[in-house]
Amino acid sequence: VPVFVKEILEAPWFPYATAFLYAGALMGFMLVNAIFSVWLERKVSGRIQDRLGPTRVGGKFGWLQTLADGMKLLVKEDIIADSADHFMFRCGPYIALAGSFMAFVALPLGYGVVARNMNIAVFYMLAVMSTEVFGIILAGYGSGSKWSLFGGMREAAQMVSYEVPMALCVLVPVIVAGTMNLTDIAEKQLWLWDWLVFRDPFTFIAFWTYFTCATASCKRAPFDLAEAESELVAGFHTEYSGFRWLVLFMAEYGSMFAVSAIASLLFLGGWGLGIGIELADPHVLGPYAGNVINVGVMLFKGWFLVFVMMWVRWTLPRLRIDQVMMVCLKYLLPISCVLLIGVSVWRLFVPEIVQDWFRWVLLALCIAFVAWLAKMWFTFASAPPGSAMPGMWRMTSVSGYQGGRTVKTDG
Amino acid sequence: MDELLNSLVANLPNFLFWIFASVTALCAIAVVVSQNIVRAATWLLFSLGGAAAIFFLLGADFVGATQLLVYVGGTLVLVIFGVMLTAQGPFLSMNASAAEWAISAIVGLLLLSVLVVSIVTTATPAPRGTVEDYAPKQSMGGDAKAPKNLRKPLLPNPDAAEKSPYADVIGLGFVGVGVGPAHNVSGQAHRPVVRMNYLLPFEIVSVHLLVVLIGAAYLARAKRRAPRPQPQAPGLVSASPPPM
Repeated sequence: VPVFVKEILEAPWFPYATAFLYAGALMGFMLVNAIFSVWLERKVSGRIQDRLGPTRVGGKFGWLQTLADGMKLLVKEDIIADSADHFMFRCGPYIALAGSFMAFVALPLGYGVVARNMNIAVFYMLAVMSTEVFGIILAGYGSGSKWSLFGGMREAAQMVSYEVPMALCVLVPVIVAGTMNLTDIAEKQLWLWDWLVFRDPFTFIAFWTYFTCATASCKRAPFDLAEAESELVAGFHTEYSGFRWLVLFMAEYGSMFAVSAIASLLFLGGWGLGIGIELADPHVLGPYAGNVINVGVMLFKGWFLVFVMMWVRWTLPRLRIDQVMMVCLKYLLPISCVLLIGVSVWRLFVPEIVQDWFRWVLLALCIAFVAWLAKMWFTFASAPPGSAMPGMWRMTSVSGYQGGRTVKTDG
Repeated sequence: MDELLNSLVANLPNFLFWIFASVTALCAIAVVVSQNIVRAATWLLFSLGGAAAIFFLLGADFVGATQLLVYVGGTLVLVIFGVMLTAQGPFLSMNASAAEWAISAIVGLLLLSVLVVSIVTTATPAPRGTVEDYAPKQSMGGDAKAPKNLRKPLLPNPDAAEKSPYADVIGLGFVGVGVGPAHNVSGQAHRPVVRMNYLLPFEIVSVHLLVVLIGAAYLARAKRRAPRPQPQAPGLVSASPPPM
């Protein structure tokens, strides 16, 4: 190591310089994440609605569409309604962004690739992400518009309820792993059968319950009552335009990635590939090359879960507010309480041989299900579009399908 | 230039402390001065957030995160109820009368004087060792409690020294290990040292909160009597179904 490098490394200001570097890198990641996620959202929604989505800006797939959108938002006229409370209207989006950004400080993206390795990382992330709601409510209330106020109030009611089952579901893997440190939890799931989602029936259900609550806490459809376009124009962000609108959505996509990353760290093996090797081990690939792959895997898992959220959004219709409340208080809350007790009882009283066998069976069933899905997908994707039913793919290779004949109905 | 930089860096924690402390204090003043109830709640949020930032600065991650989780949620509910239950028009403002100002000023000054006097007159206690002295030597992270069918980590935890032990210390303190007042019962040397267990007091306080919650629900419930069955006039058939 050259002398000047050593001097820099040992300089008293070096930790602070790295802190600024980390913060800048995280902010850059949030920006890139928002740009990519918005593009993905538009492509996914297009495909699901039998459209193409953006195709022109930046080549075949419209890669640069979001960048063009961002430029447009930056130069757009900034409007604050006369009836708005300027102070709350202005600071709402930034509070939301700060809450979302602070969560990334404790989020490990690889082995030791974390700005601050906290002992209580999960708890900290949930705590700071609850700050984001306050920004949304300020935006809704400060806009001075009834639509925005309704959106903000719905968001408040929704968040206060959904935080409870979400936190209880997070406790389930924390009980199993015995720590709240996300790095520790993820590094315990080396093999595919160590992934906590396959561990026992309770962690399996906890994953789906957590993901439902996380979808609701990011106010994504079918729980996007705060911005229900059919009733509230655009809900809490009706009065926003330009840069502040951009900031609100950076916060939303940031927290979508954050909750997805928590789900993958807690249940899906974190940055591991499930092959029993920690790639960042100095005996395998070393901390640098290994962590490049680790971060790639982590980003893939996070963005895959974000993709699932989009898939759900463009597939399911929006619930009513009373249904949203009912889902949480009558179903998710009791389920998560049962999970919390069940996982403790399972660990203490169920014989280990039963636990092991259950894991193997669950894992085999999951793999079989994923393989069946893949087979169906290949079957549908490889068939040419047919004329049997307009808008449907021809399913000639599917057994039991009746060719091009149309079914005669009476009248 | 180098010395300036170094002194700046050496004083950075103090500098940050003063920033967060003044943010906390100024926002607390703004809570009192502000007349709009939601704005007051916003300033309260900033003030509590500043306090949480001071906790983070001191390395007490757990206390800081708890501060955020509990008080942000609390302020949120305050805003919702403040808006839903008190506002008659948009952007409600509260005007305090002169008498209210006088009374609150007297109470505030009294409290301030109590604080100042107790700070000035109480000697600073000698430090009894840092928290690290009380912390278990190995991280209670998970290794001790982890199920054996989860694989052990291959590497020592990256930057393990950076991990704050405070959450462990608080958790252990709850069950009577580590920190906390130790009672050596009346100098009997052969008796083991009994450590204070905070779990029971904590649970008792929680039950108190539950009592308060049930009481509030009882007081706030709709005061309706079960409808008394009305005597029906003979020959009239009620169109509506009988009350359930």
